[in-house]
Amino acid sequence: MLDKTTEELLGIVSDWSGKFNGAYNIRSNGQCAGRQSSENILLENKEDNPGLVVKIKPGTKGETVYIPACVTKGGINDLVYNDFFVGEGADVTIVAGCGVHTDDGHDVRHHGIHRFILDKGARVLYKEKHIGTGAGGGAKHIDPVTEVIQGEDSYLEMDTIQIGGVDRTFRKTTGTLGKGAQLVIKERIMTEGTQTANTDFAVELNGEDSSVDIVSRSVAKGQSYQEYHSKISGNARCKGHSECDAILADKGRVNAAPELFAGDLDAELIHEAAIGKIAGEQIIKLQTLGLSEEEAEAKIIEGFLRG
Amino acid sequence: MLSIKDLSWSLGSGEEILKNISLELPEGKLTVITGPNGGGKTSLAKLIAGLEKPDSGEISLDGENITDWDITRRSKAGIGYAFQQPVRFKGLNVRDLMELAAQRSLSEREICEILGKVGLCANEYLDRTIDASLSGGEAKRIEIASVLAKKDAKVLVFDEPEAGIDLWSFSSLIDAFERLKATENKSLLIISHQERILEISDYIVVIADGNVTKAGTREEILGGLFGEEKAERCPLGKDKEDNKNA
Ligand SMILES: Nc1ncnc2c1ncn2[C@@H]1O[C@H](COP(=O)(O)OP(=O)(O)OP(=O)(O)O)[C@@H](O)[C@H]1O
Ligand SMILES: [Mg+2]
Repeated sequence: MLDKTTEELLGIVSDWSGKFNGAYNIRSNGQCAGRQSSENILLENKEDNPGLVVKIKPGTKGETVYIPACVTKGGINDLVYNDFFVGEGADVTIVAGCGVHTDDGHDVRHHGIHRFILDKGARVLYKEKHIGTGAGGGAKHIDPVTEVIQGEDSYLEMDTIQIGGVDRTFRKTTGTLGKGAQLVIKERIMTEGTQTANTDFAVELNGEDSSVDIVSRSVAKGQSYQEYHSKISGNARCKGHSECDAILADKGRVNAAPELFAGDLDAELIHEAAIGKIAGEQIIKLQTLGLSEEEAEAKIIEGFLRG
Repeated sequence: MLSIKDLSWSLGSGEEILKNISLELPEGKLTVITGPNGGGKTSLAKLIAGLEKPDSGEISLDGENITDWDITRRSKAGIGYAFQQPVRFKGLNVRDLMELAAQRSLSEREICEILGKVGLCANEYLDRTIDASLSGGEAKRIEIASVLAKKDAKVLVFDEPEAGIDLWSFSSLIDAFERLKATENKSLLIISHQERILEISDYIVVIADGNVTKAGTREEILGGLFGEEKAERCPLGKDKEDNKNA
């Protein structure tokens, strides 16, 4: 049985509605709280460490696997290693949300280390939502480490969002791409109060015609602080693009440090970064439609983080 | 009815942009403001919508003095303003903007109806983000549509709605303006240099150098603008001096 807090968090981070359709594993306070494999997607315990090995058979099409994790008690530091092996030509969706909750003065942390190994022509949509909830003085930490190894002509789209309530986050994402592989990353992070978020990308474009597109959107409100660092290394004929777009409110601060390395004459690498407060004219336009200044700001931020 | 009395506005530098402007926008009537670039037309629109505050003078809506009201309050009271330069948003899409304007959720059919008035087909645009990817004409038409979608509109100000809009969309827009005025009894103020819009107006006000230099019914003013002046400027083969001497 799942407790109410866990069910609520699951609903927010992984479209849980009392059940999942397809393969899943629910991790709650460091324990497995339910698991199901499907004919094509196999979930097993990892032997050396806490966590899962998820094997997706070659040619699996249109299936979704859910692997949400929740930590709902202060004092828990949940470390988990999940490996995904995606077979040749498979085309699947992986939903991995994480919710952390504490009502007491103790810190709570989820530290998920995910490894994706995509075989030739595999396609994966990876969706990840993070949230922190609960009152009390304990700090809520979510520290995801994602390692991606992409084979020939594979495609991975990572769609990640930190909705709010997470006091500290360190996100580290690394990718190694083979011939014709494509990696698309859409990251959105909202911080407020005294929260801090640190995100770091390192992608090696090793195969001919590989490409990466990183778009990171962040909103730093209150006294919060965010740091963005990306390094794209073009080691072959390839295309790399990264974009960091940040909105500041109140006393929010952002440090964006993009890095590009071209190790091949035919590497085409671009970085764009924009940091600033919401353009005044956007707020004014919404005020002329009847919104207050605060409502206008909230709508603009909501749209920015959704887009 | 919206009334403006002796409105003056100057820049922080002291430069006077609007000088003692007075005019009235009756219900069910379309007033066009025209005049040379830089004359102060957009500035007046901004004062009406509350984007700027006058140095002196008074704006009232249905007899109530609204000069000190902020933008939001004026909007809620029924004042709408379609910007000359459409605003771009990184995250809001067309549906969002229309629903914010209408202050409720809208069905696809309702949005389609609104966008149709500016010649846009809803299906293609519903989910388009209102960012730099829209063409100039598309952004302009969406800006106008957001004001057509506005909840409880009483007084609607459109700042050069013709700018960048193709002939076909423009015809739909003219129909929409006529309906707003005749069927829905709104007060319309359109800033324009376009003959078609002048032709459907009831009143015309010419603003130049911060002053109302001419004001009257369409018949009174158009006679002057396109009658005598046109004859004077186009002497059919003769130059102006010849024409005057003739
Ligand atoms: N914020 C501002 N800062 C500096 N100058 C301004 C500002 N607002 C208006 N002006 C000046 O005031 C004058 C009137 O501008 P306004 O935009 O009202 O003209 P307009 O009649 O709408 O012109 P157009 O036909 O080109 O749209 C112009 O000379 C303009 O440069
Ligand atoms: Mg203007």
